Amino acid sequence: MIIKPEDLAGSGPGGDDPDPRGKFGVFGGRFVPEALIPALDELAMAYDKAKHDEEFLREFDHLLRTYAGRPTIITEVPRFGEHAGGARIILKREDLTHTGAHKINNVLGQALLTRRLGKTRVIAETGAGQHGVATATAAALMGLECVIYMGAVDCERQALNVARMKLLGATVIPVHNGSRTLKDAINEAFRDWVTNVDHTHYVFGTVAGPHPFPMMVRDFARIIGVEARRQVIDLIGRLPDAVCAAVGGGSNAIGIMHAFIGDGDVQLHGYEAGGRGLESGEHALTLTAGSIGVLHAARTYVLQDEEGQTIESHSISAGLDYPGVGPEHSWLKDIGRATYHGITDAEAMDAFALLAKTEGIIPAIESAHALAGALKLGRELGSDATILVNLSGRGDKDMGTAMTYFGL
Amino acid sequence: MLQSVFDRTRSEKRAALIGYLPAGFPSKDGAVRVAAAMVDAGCDVIEIGLPYSDPLMDGPTIQDAVHRSLVNGTRIADVMRTVEGVAKTGAATLVMTYWNPVDQYGAERFARDLASAGGVGTITPDLIPEEAEPWEAASKAAGIDTVFLVAPSSTEERIARVAACCTGFVYAASLMGITGARDTVNAAAEDLVRRTRPHTGLPVCVGLGIGTGAQAAEVAAYADGVIVGSAFIRRMLDAPDETTGVAAVRALATELAGGVRR
Repeated sequence: MIIKPEDLAGSGPGGDDPDPRGKFGVFGGRFVPEALIPALDELAMAYDKAKHDEEFLREFDHLLRTYAGRPTIITEVPRFGEHAGGARIILKREDLTHTGAHKINNVLGQALLTRRLGKTRVIAETGAGQHGVATATAAALMGLECVIYMGAVDCERQALNVARMKLLGATVIPVHNGSRTLKDAINEAFRDWVTNVDHTHYVFGTVAGPHPFPMMVRDFARIIGVEARRQVIDLIGRLPDAVCAAVGGGSNAIGIMHAFIGDGDVQLHGYEAGGRGLESGEHALTLTAGSIGVLHAARTYVLQDEEGQTIESHSISAGLDYPGVGPEHSWLKDIGRATYHGITDAEAMDAFALLAKTEGIIPAIESAHALAGALKLGRELGSDATILVNLSGRGDKDMGTAMTYFGL
Repeated sequence: MLQSVFDRTRSEKRAALIGYLPAGFPSKDGAVRVAAAMVDAGCDVIEIGLPYSDPLMDGPTIQDAVHRSLVNGTRIADVMRTVEGVAKTGAATLVMTYWNPVDQYGAERFARDLASAGGVGTITPDLIPEEAEPWEAASKAAGIDTVFLVAPSSTEERIARVAACCTGFVYAASLMGITGARDTVNAAAEDLVRRTRPHTGLPVCVGLGIGTGAQAAEVAAYADGVIVGSAFIRRMLDAPDETTGVAAVRALATELAGGVRR
């Protein structure tokens, strides 16, 4: 078994679960229509039961090993590291999972829960399309009806993933409201859920949303850091000096960071999408430039105006183009355990090309934000430092964007 | 103020008619004119919607109106001015709002400003009892009512908990879903009202999916109030100009007012 009960439950080493109301400090909670409370309570209870149930753990473990491709390897990238002040850079290869991104971990866990809840239909939102593809995949595997909501703008820039979802038997509904990106897809998925909740599970794709999603999605993604921590110790005989990850909603970041929270000497760095730069106003710098509010049912940092209207975000990467963030990241920021920074579109695209040219690995543009962060951090920490980077996904889906950006 | 409305409607042996309209729609001043027509034709209570960028309880009709309002530049000050204008008609005026705008404006400031504008309370569709304490305290201090929602999925325990936080009335959502007129009123509505009664002495009003006089009459047979929103907005959206829209709204309000008196 690669999954142990303590790996899943946040109460394991270094773990911190939210309080019974779903609060991480002042963050999180449930700001939802009362109609959804019974479904959220049912989900929280089913999840609590499942995570202590050996049969569930065995099923989840089996799927992770024989379907998702876990454990994923780590890869040291010395030629890339030369550009990071000579620091040792180690990549956690979530790009090598089935469907090509870390999203599959969470989705397999939630799909198993859906079956336990006796529900026959799953819905999901998707930004880059990776979560939609992962959900459609799990739905195909388990014979569940699947509907994916995707912003119309994202459908266009991630057309390949739309085709993949359709091929997997999912119905993809383009969302034309608001900014026509991830936040609007989430609104639409909530509207579907409140209407069809008796037979539908909402496979939320990130560590945001109402309790228990931030905790549950984190726990299903937590295996990333649990594996990486062991693997890095095996490789270098000690813990890394820093862990880097891209942050949109924050699931890949919390997935790799969480197992290190108790390791006080390990720096945790999250990299948000700086888009065209802070001054341009076209960015997704939720933690670095946002303020505390409520979005998508949780109290967290939000890009909003002074009257609480959500401000539209921008990023070249659809997966980071989100004006909210998971509440646990807001909490980690406020207690000073993790540090969050912005990476511009240009910095991310440079790192995207650099990893391809120096190491033969084409990362997702989302993950390229973490790589760009590691380049800066390496120069700060120097050549003695070891930096673990979550390579959360592969870049195949981004080739259209890359062709335009680089004129390929 | 809400209590006096229901005292009156009860003495007239009928349900109250409650109409919804977002501030800033069809325009900042137009909203007051539309609401005035609704009151004139028989609405006892008006809910003024506070337009919000992410209205996840709302269907396409209200989303459309709210989007237009935000594009028109509607701010919270405009919402307060709208409340002031509508309250002058003599109708009890509430604000229906998602929580984040109130949270950012400041709960105490919002409650105080709403009371000053002549507003009598709020309906907060995404605020549940576990998170409502600051708003209950601010509302109590300002002397305004707090209306929360129960839903067909609510357990007895949840209904009791929500009803305990309500003042003015309890909002019973007729169906599992979002706002928008439907062809028939969900049978779950009557059951929900019946299940809510033992937990509160407050009036119980039913909303979601009601848009005709016949539906209003059907709901009025078991509820203390009938809430209509999308059907009014649809009249405005379908009209070529404001005057035509207001006439259509007035006709609908007249039909609904007949329904609650049947």
